Amino acid sequence: MHDLAALTPLSATEPRIERIGAIRIVEVTDRSLASLTCRSGKSRPFEAAAKALFGGALPAPGAWFEGAPFSLIWTGPEQWFVEASFATHEDIARILKEPFGDAASVTEQTDGWVRFDLEGTPVVDMLERLCPVPSRRMKNDAATRTMIEHVGCLVLRRAADRFSVIAPRSFAGSLHHALCAAATSIA
Amino acid sequence: MIIPHPLLGPRDSQEFTYLGDADLIDRPDWQAENAADRFYEYLYLRDNPAGEHRELWFHEQGDRSWLVVTRDTVTHEISKVELARDVARARGRSK
Repeated sequence: MHDLAALTPLSATEPRIERIGAIRIVEVTDRSLASLTCRSGKSRPFEAAAKALFGGALPAPGAWFEGAPFSLIWTGPEQWFVEASFATHEDIARILKEPFGDAASVTEQTDGWVRFDLEGTPVVDMLERLCPVPSRRMKNDAATRTMIEHVGCLVLRRAADRFSVIAPRSFAGSLHHALCAAATSIA
Repeated sequence: MIIPHPLLGPRDSQEFTYLGDADLIDRPDWQAENAADRFYEYLYLRDNPAGEHRELWFHEQGDRSWLVVTRDTVTHEISKVELARDVARARGRSK
């Protein structure tokens, strides 16, 4: 058996935490992620399975909700990202595939993405310098895919002063640089 | 330019890529007698109106849906935006 050391998206052994002025940029590595898509013509069994597993309606376009154990993010028509704790749901794709069966297509996404949490009162000022979505007007359940420095990212609002940015993992270094530069410019 | 997305509301046009005339939805039947002529028209012949134009836009840096946008090419005023799949289904397409 190989004894390999797990690395974070920023190629370190521990998640990076950056403090710039009143902003904190936190690399989040303890979440697993899968994509869940309703198959054509299967919306009824899909919705029944979703209700049984998640205990409610799926988030509408442009929205997300934080639940336990699953958080759901709308990513496109009939498509969602499902997030859960890595410690308990490392095999999230298999966990989702079982109850949905052939009503859904599920793909593992955990290591394909990097998540940075942005915290601090001026976080909206920072995002306004980075992406074209109206972050100031976003509600606390809003999530949308947009562009930051030409990188397609999901931007989620968690609270007045807390956002998450989820981007393709191979852009982790570039995105982290962009976030730090924007934070520095308003610090 | 701001494109009013039917699901997500007003979005910056830099999140989109442009394909062209919405007539590209109507791909000719390749088994028809006159398929060669119709594909020639489908591929190469376009109107180039100064005014209202129906065109396909792809929300590439967003939810990845295809839209049919009715835009005035003179003023850039957008009068209508539909999901392309709804347009295709309304014309009897299965997917």
